[in-house]
Amino acid sequence: MSDSPENIGDLSRRILLQRAAAAGLLAVPAAGMLSACAGSEPTKSADSGAAKSKDNPFGVKDGSAVKVVVFNGGLGDQWAKEDKVVFNAKHPNITVNMSSTQKIKTEEQPKMATQPSDLVMNSGADMMDRSTLINEGAIEPLDDLLTAPAWDGEGTVADTLLPGTVTDGTQNGKFYVVNVAYTVWGNWHNAALFKREGWTAPTTWDEFFALAPKIKAKGIAPYVHDAAHGYYPRWALFASIWKAVGKQPIIDIDNLKDNAWKADGIVAALEPWEKLVKDKLLLPGKLDHTQSQQAWLDGKAAFIQVGTWLKNEMSATIPPGFELTMSDYWSKPGDKAPKDVYASSGEGFVVPSKAPNKEAAKEFLRAILSKAGSAKFAELTKSLASTKGSGDNVQDTALNSANSLVKGGSGELISVKFPDFYADLDKESQNLAEELMAGRLTAQQFVDKMQAAADKVAKDSSVKKQTRTA
Amino acid sequence: MRHGVARFVTGFLALPLGLYLFYVVWPFVQAAGYSLTDWGGYSNTQNFVGLDNYVRLLSDELIRKAFWHNVFFLITVPLFTIALALFLAFLLNVGGREDRAGIRGVFGSGIYKIIFFFPQVLSLVVIAVMWQQIYRSDGQGLINGLMIKIGLVDADNPIAFTSDPEPFLGVPAVLWWLLLIAVWSGAGFYMVLFSAAMQSIPKDIFEAALLDGASRFHTFFRITLPLLRDTVSVAWVYLGFIALDMYALVFVMTPSQGGPNHASEIFASVLNFTAFQKGQFGYACAMGVALAIFTILLAAAQLRITRRERIEY
Repeated sequence: MSDSPENIGDLSRRILLQRAAAAGLLAVPAAGMLSACAGSEPTKSADSGAAKSKDNPFGVKDGSAVKVVVFNGGLGDQWAKEDKVVFNAKHPNITVNMSSTQKIKTEEQPKMATQPSDLVMNSGADMMDRSTLINEGAIEPLDDLLTAPAWDGEGTVADTLLPGTVTDGTQNGKFYVVNVAYTVWGNWHNAALFKREGWTAPTTWDEFFALAPKIKAKGIAPYVHDAAHGYYPRWALFASIWKAVGKQPIIDIDNLKDNAWKADGIVAALEPWEKLVKDKLLLPGKLDHTQSQQAWLDGKAAFIQVGTWLKNEMSATIPPGFELTMSDYWSKPGDKAPKDVYASSGEGFVVPSKAPNKEAAKEFLRAILSKAGSAKFAELTKSLASTKGSGDNVQDTALNSANSLVKGGSGELISVKFPDFYADLDKESQNLAEELMAGRLTAQQFVDKMQAAADKVAKDSSVKKQTRTA
Repeated sequence: MRHGVARFVTGFLALPLGLYLFYVVWPFVQAAGYSLTDWGGYSNTQNFVGLDNYVRLLSDELIRKAFWHNVFFLITVPLFTIALALFLAFLLNVGGREDRAGIRGVFGSGIYKIIFFFPQVLSLVVIAVMWQQIYRSDGQGLINGLMIKIGLVDADNPIAFTSDPEPFLGVPAVLWWLLLIAVWSGAGFYMVLFSAAMQSIPKDIFEAALLDGASRFHTFFRITLPLLRDTVSVAWVYLGFIALDMYALVFVMTPSQGGPNHASEIFASVLNFTAFQKGQFGYACAMGVALAIFTILLAAAQLRITRRERIEY
């Protein structure tokens, strides 16, 4: 999810602090002011580098050092240490000083204007606001990384990335943020259970509704979802809407276009959900995310919809022999984009504009995005990397199923922006998604109420409007 | 000499007073100032908009809903908490067997006191998390699990508790379930407060009543309650403040913090959403100031209405 540009104002205060810090810390205050000056072009050091080649496209100097800061969150930092090995295999004389932290903003922000690290993984709760970094000119555009040859494959780096990764990292027409992880959303089931019962995982709503009575006959609820956080069911509802009507109507919805919610096919896309609730195919009870996930692991429900972090989140309580398997959200006949996948890249690296060794930072990124590096990432984190094929050689049903889901997709990714744009609509859509899944709204009422909420925001002059183009 | 005392007192008071002014009073003043602007919370620029934010408050449907939910708590939380606390305090202090010599509480009152007071030592968030397990809306919840075993609740249709927006007596069920927690957690403290007050009532008054043949019922309503008037009045004001807050319970226990679908929205939850998610700090400050004014007026009215001649004993 992209950051809302609403936070741009944030930086005035930050810059103020930076300037104060720079002015106070540096012996020559004027130099501090200059170096902190917003939007100043970084000094070019291209000529001083070593000769550029296919194996060294940025001309990294032998004997130099590069400082890499890794966010040590849910994915850990072992994968990054493996990338260091990959990097040093090609550049043995470049020292990689790697450190990991959870406090990216606290530790890195104060250094951005003066002596930043060369490569920073800007992630976690304590991350630096992306729009701010870009608008302040604090981070380097990395378009030359995309056109550089891939580390250990054919073509350019851009060719090796999964769909959406470049778009997700692009702002104002330039590529700034290198997302290294890839999240996919879909329906999960226990393949072992399905094999045992002789069930096939449905790909369409019709197949699901045909299978549901058989599941119910075994005393298992066909479906469960997080009923405490509205954005969980919202993923599923929007996947259905997108698959049914395609991209343009969603862009219209994001742009608050008149009657965007009344577009043909949106109500029909939600009707299977209405039916699912009405037919009592949900596990009784209003469970939250971990409760519903545990209920699913306990075999009380056949399907749950959530993202690829599921396995990491529940790793402590997955029963032996349980085969977490992900498949795409169900589609129905006549859908315009049934093969579009709900996925997005995340965990972004940035190169500060004032970094002393930007060439090496970019070279290190090339190593992270390499086949070898990304395969290690997938193996260690059980999550997909944003590089194609990262999960191909990992023996893990959860990862493999997400991998093949992405591979079988159209290349177009489902993405909805209005929750990032407008807090009111975010809240309203979460509430209404819960209401629909609680059976208190029909699909038609859901659409009517969303339209009313969108109209209200469109008319509200206190809300700054935003536009989505693609 | 007197001059020296003044300087001594001033010297001691200056620091705490300064801290209080800077960290408590000044933020209040700032909030009131921001409430007259369109400050977004993330920048150092803001425009003065006069009373626009307050005008907007009057026509804000969500705020109106939140206001009535707060009024519900304002009436019910003090009413039920004080009633329960008084009942418990009476039983524990003067509700014992009448035929015995002297006035005492029911058998084992010392232990009951500790048990009833216990919720007070837990933080509100701990209480909320604990009640989440009690209220859990499937067979693994404490209440649902028992009820399903006994057969009072259908396993396919368990009690939804805080996810239930259906009105009961015109008020969403989720609010009643939250009320139960608030009363449970508050009653112990006020029981102790009332116990202390009851113990300061001279025993001979009760003994005289006993000799005159007054029942427990009459003793309570004719003697105990009138003599506790001041304490009850103060308790009512305190509980009014709690009722106007209720934020922790709503935040931890309800779906989407104020849900389902705004059914448990209160002033504080709308304020929080407006400030930190919508980024409209100016408007949120106006909500806070409005709530503060309402609270002060309420407390003043409350204390004035219940003020009466004090009985000396």
